[in-house]
Amino acid sequence: MQDFSGEFFDAFKLVAALDPTLLEVVGLSLRVSLCAVVIAAMVGLPLGAFLAVARFPGRGAAVILLNSLMGLPPVVVGLAVYLMLSNAGPLGVLQLLYTPGAMIIAQALLVTPIVAALTRQTVEDMRGEYAEYLATLGTGPFAMVATLLVDARYSLLTALLAGFGRAIAEVGAVIIVGGNINHVTRVMTTTIALETSKGNLAMAMGLGMVLIAIAVSINAVLMSLRSAATNAAYG
Amino acid sequence: MKRRYFLSALGAAFAVMAAQFAGTLQGPAEAADQFIIVQSTTSTQNSGLLDYILPKFTEKSGIEVRVVAVGTGQAIKNAANGDGDVLLVHAKPAEEKFVANGDGVKRFDLMYNDFVIVGPESDPAGIVGSSDVVNALKKIAAAKAPFASRGDDSGTHKKEKALWKEAGIDPAAASGAWYRETGSGMGATLNAAVGMDAYTLTDRATWISFKNKASFEIAVQGDDKLFNQYGVILVNPKKHENVKAEAGQAFIDWLLSEEGQALIASYKVDGQQLFFPNAEKM
Repeated sequence: MQDFSGEFFDAFKLVAALDPTLLEVVGLSLRVSLCAVVIAAMVGLPLGAFLAVARFPGRGAAVILLNSLMGLPPVVVGLAVYLMLSNAGPLGVLQLLYTPGAMIIAQALLVTPIVAALTRQTVEDMRGEYAEYLATLGTGPFAMVATLLVDARYSLLTALLAGFGRAIAEVGAVIIVGGNINHVTRVMTTTIALETSKGNLAMAMGLGMVLIAIAVSINAVLMSLRSAATNAAYG
Repeated sequence: MKRRYFLSALGAAFAVMAAQFAGTLQGPAEAADQFIIVQSTTSTQNSGLLDYILPKFTEKSGIEVRVVAVGTGQAIKNAANGDGDVLLVHAKPAEEKFVANGDGVKRFDLMYNDFVIVGPESDPAGIVGSSDVVNALKKIAAAKAPFASRGDDSGTHKKEKALWKEAGIDPAAASGAWYRETGSGMGATLNAAVGMDAYTLTDRATWISFKNKASFEIAVQGDDKLFNQYGVILVNPKKHENVKAEAGQAFIDWLLSEEGQALIASYKVDGQQLFFPNAEKM
C-alpha cells in the first residue's frame, strides 16, 4: 500500500494554500451546478406546483413518471446530451459540446425532475390545508400556484438542496459532455475520477473530502439563511 | 414586508446566476478559433505527456489545445462525429480505417512505446521474466490465473485481443471466471488488477506513472509483438465543416517537427523515457 496519509493531507494543503488550479476546479463545479439548479428551479417549481394543483386525465401517470425520473442515470443523460450537441447531432450548430454550457444543460436535465417531484409533494400536502381558504377567496389556478409556492418556500429550499446535491456529486454526465478538459471543463468529480485512474488514490480521496466539505458549507449557509428569514418573518 | 426582503434577495440571487450562466455560454464562443480539440487516449494524458508538451505549443502558436482523453475506440467515434479537430490515438488498423472512411485527412506516425504485462509478485502463472508474450498468455490461460482485460475497445484492448488470437485462445469463453473484463480505462483497470491480483496488459507509459502499483511488477516485456505505435490525424474538414483545419494542421506539423519530436523524447518520469518519437523526417 502506498503512503496514504501523506497524499491524503496533500489535498487539504492545496486548499489551505488556495492552490489556483484547485480553486478553478472548485469554482467551475459550483458555477455549473448552481446554474443547473437555478434552471431546474425555474422549470421544476412551477411544473411541480402545477401538477399538485391541476386535475386532468393522466395526472396520476404524470406524477409516477416524474417521480421515476428522479432516478435518471447521469451517464444516460450525458449520452443523450452528447448526441444532441455533437457536430453530428441536431444541435451541433450551437457548438456547446465540451463547454461548461453543455455540462449545465446535462445537470439541469438531471435536477429538474428532482425539484419538480419534491415540489409536487410539498405543494400537494400544503394544498390540503389551504384548499377551503383559497376556494372561499375564489383564487384562480395561477394565483393559487403562486401563493402555494411562496408559502412553501422554506420547505422547497430542501427540494433545491436535494437537486444541488445531485448536481455537484455526479460525474457520469459531465465527463461525457464536458470531456474533463483541463482549465475548461474539469470539475471536482471528474478530477477525482482522473486522479483515481492515475492511481493517486489518496489524493482522490482527499479531494472527495474537500467536495463533501463544500457541500456541507453550502447547506449550512442556506439553512442559517432560512432560519434567519423565518425568525425575521415570524419572530 | 419581511417576506418581500426574502423574495427580492432570492430574485437578486437568480439574476446573478442568470448573468453567470450567460457568461458561461459566451466564454468559449469569444475564444473561438483560438483553441482546438484533440481526441486522444488516456495513456497520453495519464502519463503526463500532454501536460508537459502542450503549454510549449500554445506559447509558440497562441493556439490553446483542449484534450478529451478517452479510450481509442471512443476517441475515434467522437472524431467521426466531427467532435474534434485532431485525433491522437494508438490503434493503426482502426486509424487507417478512419482515414479510408473519409473522416480523417492523413495518418502520420508520431511516436511509440511498448506494452508490458504486469502482474502480482506471487506470479501464479510463472511468467515473470519472460519475453515471449504469446507463450505467457498460454500459461496464464492454462493456470486459469486471473487476467484483467480493458474490455472497452480501446487501443490496448484491440492489441490484447490480437495477442490472444495469436495464442489460439478465446478468453471470452472464460469471461467472468479467470478472464475479467473491466470495461474501464487503463488506470481503472490497473486499480482493479491490483485489487484482485490479476495480470493485465498495459502501455509502459501509464504503468511507469501509475501510483498504486502495490506489489505489482512487470512480468513480460521486450517482445516485438508488444510494439505500441501512436498516430496523429487531422479530422477531415471536407466531411466535418466545423473542423479548424488550419490550427489543427499547425498542431500536427509542430508535433512532427524536430522541436515537437525532441520535446516528446525529453519527457521522463522517474528518469525513464516514456515515449519514443518516430515521425518521418519532413
